[in-house]
Amino acid sequence: MNKRPVSRIAIPRQSALERRRNFDEVALGYTADMALVEAARCLQCKSAKCIEGCPVGINIPGFIKAITENNFPAAVEILKSDNVLPGICGRVCPQETQCEQLCILGKKGESVAIGRLERFVADWERLQARPSSSLRAVAASGWKVAVVGAGPAGLTAAADLARLGHQVTIFESLHTPGGVLKYGIPDFRLPSAIVDEEVTSIRNLGVSIELNSVIGKTETVDELLERFDAVFLGTGAGLPLFMHIPGENLSGVYSANEFLTRVNLMHAYRFPAYDTPVKIGKRVAVIGGGNVAMDAARAALRLGAENVYVIYRRSEAEMPARREEVENAVEEGIDFVFLANPVKFLGDEKRNLAGVECIRMQLAEPDSSGRRRPVPLEGSHFRLDLDVAVVALGTTPNPLIARSTPGLAVTRRGTLVCDEATGRTTRPYVWAGGDAVTGSATVISAMGAARTAARDIDRYLRRAAGSSPVWRQGPAGIDGQL
Amino acid sequence: MYKVLETRKLTADIYLFKLQAPLIARKARAGQFIILRVHQEGERIPLTLADWDVDEGSVTIVFMAVGTTTCHLSRLKPGEAIADLAGPLGHPTEIGHFGTVVCVAGGFAIAVIRPIIRSLKQAGNRIVTIVGVRNKNLMFWEKELRQDSDELIITTDDGSYQRKGLVTEPLKEILEGGDDISRVIAIGPTAMMKFTSLTTRPYGVKTIVSLNPIMVDGTGMCGCCRVSVGDEIKFACVEGPEFDGHLVDWDEFMSRQTTYLDQEKYSYQCTAGEHQQHRS
Repeated sequence: MNKRPVSRIAIPRQSALERRRNFDEVALGYTADMALVEAARCLQCKSAKCIEGCPVGINIPGFIKAITENNFPAAVEILKSDNVLPGICGRVCPQETQCEQLCILGKKGESVAIGRLERFVADWERLQARPSSSLRAVAASGWKVAVVGAGPAGLTAAADLARLGHQVTIFESLHTPGGVLKYGIPDFRLPSAIVDEEVTSIRNLGVSIELNSVIGKTETVDELLERFDAVFLGTGAGLPLFMHIPGENLSGVYSANEFLTRVNLMHAYRFPAYDTPVKIGKRVAVIGGGNVAMDAARAALRLGAENVYVIYRRSEAEMPARREEVENAVEEGIDFVFLANPVKFLGDEKRNLAGVECIRMQLAEPDSSGRRRPVPLEGSHFRLDLDVAVVALGTTPNPLIARSTPGLAVTRRGTLVCDEATGRTTRPYVWAGGDAVTGSATVISAMGAARTAARDIDRYLRRAAGSSPVWRQGPAGIDGQL
Repeated sequence: MYKVLETRKLTADIYLFKLQAPLIARKARAGQFIILRVHQEGERIPLTLADWDVDEGSVTIVFMAVGTTTCHLSRLKPGEAIADLAGPLGHPTEIGHFGTVVCVAGGFAIAVIRPIIRSLKQAGNRIVTIVGVRNKNLMFWEKELRQDSDELIITTDDGSYQRKGLVTEPLKEILEGGDDISRVIAIGPTAMMKFTSLTTRPYGVKTIVSLNPIMVDGTGMCGCCRVSVGDEIKFACVEGPEFDGHLVDWDEFMSRQTTYLDQEKYSYQCTAGEHQQHRS
């Protein structure tokens, strides 16, 4: 056997110079030859640690082994049996803190590039004529389930429930399915076409999707329960947080949600071919240090900005964004302004944004999140001239559903009260999962929660047949009451 | 796709469209709005509902063809369809037995005040309606508004029909008069709503305005429609669109409405050019 390389195969990417002016995907993906070499690095551990790091428990050594055997159809089967959105996850999962972090090879060299291999398999399948058999529907159970929201959680719940034989209808408030995958994540990180294809594969399971259905307004959860046996809420965390500092409503100050929705969902980067505009700034600042901030900054650059700043109140080490995305941003020429916090947006005489006043920060002792707490340095104010500012400080769940559903409890943060082991809310026959429960988190953790809820819905519906089930939020309810 | 059931040109550039939307019709209340998108490359725009019919499963919108989306929309024929329609969105108008309510509307919004007038009338209020238009040619639904209201006052900017002047003039006279006015509701151009609020402020009469900011999703997701109301920032799409006119920061609101003025003009020129080509 050949000597096992210590380093993973690099993924071909558009050069920084080229990509900073287009919205095409940055990473281009492995060729089959690259995938074969990378897959051969996997040790095929008997008790594979990587699986424990995956929120949906993909049989990682299994699909990698199939690659090494040049059996790509088998790799697809294995991958898709655990994950209906592999093309998406292969691109946007933070593998470095999940499966790849636990890979044994990572102790002495680089871990197996699990995410890149996942993406390779998904992309290979998409180019084939026939869909994978594991995504074919099974015998009908007779139960009907409504899923609210066609984002990562809703799509996963719908696919799992359909594969268990239930009749599933997804209700989506926007004009296209995908949720944050469509309105939030830009094409250069996750091409819209990939989302469309994976949504199509879920439709092919018999799942129907009702678009432009704003549950809480068009119909309520109670009305859905008249027609469906169970409801899963995967409504995400769509409400943007603002800083509540002076000048925040000046023309030119955006929430990251608005900025990215205009650019991604509404294709403002192709204005006027598409009708929705977005302000093109020469000097743009994005406030925040997460993945959304990186997406907004890199999108602003691609729209034609000359200077793009990311203003973050802690230091580089505390940034919650993925390492890879920060590196991409640096390569593309984004300027990072660490240890600084905006105190005021400044406007011109027409109330257009003209700049931002910031204060320098320093790090004190760690706070409840374990990260060192930033405190302002008195008298250290400075100003940046700006045309556009994007506030990317996170989101909380949209209150439309909670307000219109009696008995559905929410926490003070606006998240749905939910039993973690089952996904059950405080309302009978209503489950939830994803950002609506946790606040903004990752695509894959939402998918994991949706899978948990889908399993519990299935158990509940099947065991509820012919009896009158008593709703208990905890798992004891199932065993104790039915 | 959402079918266009009926189209009517009410007056120059102002159109009435009936759209197939049974679910929205079932839920609609006075003061609520819809978001629509005409085609796949289109923008999402909010429009306040002018009417709805549960039995027919339809909603009625009235709009002025002044921008890209409304221009595209105005060209559609019955039997054709628009890509997207979502609603009903926003809170309905607060309806109660208030006493005498003055309803002020301007421009094409004289259509969308009708459901509000009807609901208030049903609740036992006396309705004085003041509508303002630029000139006689832009007036429509006079008979209907007269029927719905206890009293109707029409003003034109140029004096070409009925009373010359702005809506605030008769409004001020009513406030000065002996009648006890319980509240004023204003819907229409922003300047009209702003000056209506300024007119009523010294009299301490509660004044509700129906704001029409730029929106994207219309469901509380983007914050584009945020408006300062008193000390608070409100999203007009989910917490409005109706607010206390005495608390709205009008200057901020008006500046936010003009954020895309240049791009809107450019886009409209492209659309209009395309229209010309289409014709020739």
